[in-house]
Amino acid sequence: MHEMSLAGGILRVVEDAASRDCFKRVSRLSLEAGALAGVEVNALRFALEAMAPGTLLEGALIEIDEPAASAWCMRCSRSVSILSRTDPCPACGGWQLTPTGGTELKVRELIVHDDEPEE
Amino acid sequence: MCVVCGCSDGGAPDAQPSHGRAHDAAHGHTHDLHHGHAHDHGHGHEYGVAHGDLDFGANAARVSVPGLSSARAIKLEVDVLAANDRVARANRAHFRAHGVVAYNLVSSPGSGKTTLLVATIEALRRRDAALPLAVIEGDQQTTHDADRIRATGVPAIQVNTGKGCHLDAPMVAAAFERLPLHGHGPQPAAARSLLFIENVGNLVCPAMWDLGERAKVAILSVTEGEDKPLKYPDMFAAARLMVLTKTDLLPHVDFDVARCIAHAQRVNPGIEVLLLSAKSGQGVDAWLDWLLADAPAAAGDETAALKARIAELEARLAQSEGRP
Repeated sequence: MHEMSLAGGILRVVEDAASRDCFKRVSRLSLEAGALAGVEVNALRFALEAMAPGTLLEGALIEIDEPAASAWCMRCSRSVSILSRTDPCPACGGWQLTPTGGTELKVRELIVHDDEPEE
Repeated sequence: MCVVCGCSDGGAPDAQPSHGRAHDAAHGHTHDLHHGHAHDHGHGHEYGVAHGDLDFGANAARVSVPGLSSARAIKLEVDVLAANDRVARANRAHFRAHGVVAYNLVSSPGSGKTTLLVATIEALRRRDAALPLAVIEGDQQTTHDADRIRATGVPAIQVNTGKGCHLDAPMVAAAFERLPLHGHGPQPAAARSLLFIENVGNLVCPAMWDLGERAKVAILSVTEGEDKPLKYPDMFAAARLMVLTKTDLLPHVDFDVARCIAHAQRVNPGIEVLLLSAKSGQGVDAWLDWLLADAPAAAGDETAALKARIAELEARLAQSEGRP
């Protein structure tokens, strides 16, 4: 369950941002978990919600976008969209694919507030 | 900073009394409209009520404008693993400076990683007794594995991860500093030593964490399913080499080697494969050759990977330019 470590990493990114931008709480956290990022989105959401109380993320709405991944098909010599590492090329059905995008887990945006969390 | 109108960033709220005025009065827009969502405060809460007193200047903007809260958007676009990856890059540079080639061994629990390591150490000793070796052992609990390695005379550091399911780059950095390989100080480029990092037995989580290794080696024993590369694709995609172990048991188990290799190549067309038995010694020589092959090229790995990426991007560019 590495999602707990990743949730800790996300909280750290948020805390770093807070030390630069001086905000007190986050009302919305937007994440991007590419299809090949190796992240179980429900587990990540659970981990974030479990970790949030008492932190800047308490009460935050968590949005996780899961864009399809892109891969270079060596047989077709073009970029194609895939949803998992076990997917064949949608054009030729082959497996000669090198992922070129969709492997990242990113914090995209925060909506932050300068006031304390509401009770 | 505020990405909505680009006005200057925070600092302490106290230090930026003009922030809010610039936003609200001069620009005359509200962030709420930009963000397109309603804010969830109740009336008055954001003004910091104490003993019933009202302070309408208690937010960072130091001013209250009806209909506008002090919510703002911060665009980050930060990779969550960036902090780990920075340490991993430092580890890689550190290893290079000490002439160390590191391998990250990953597998399910019980595939025989430690047995393979002990056999590898003994075989390496026979081939080149002067080659410095070291092991970092990752497990949630106990020092059993490090004890087994130390019994061979090779220095080992046990890293217990507690509830953690994988090693991360800072753990490896801390462990490396305790090893004699590090104590020798920076080595001339020609010097070489091998560091084996035995990750926590887990085919899922360690795939995501770069430790600064030259390569991840996925170890799969023939007593496991031949479809594991499909069940745990991230790991086999991250590995440069798959080692099929316990091959002495092949006559007794239903394990289709060719199928297993085909599955691994489906998730990683470039994966290399070796078969070996730590018990009979079959295949161990080829494994040592792989470990010792052009070790100084560790520095070149990144360059080669980048060159491959450039070729790939050029192909894509040519493709898109060819379109109308």
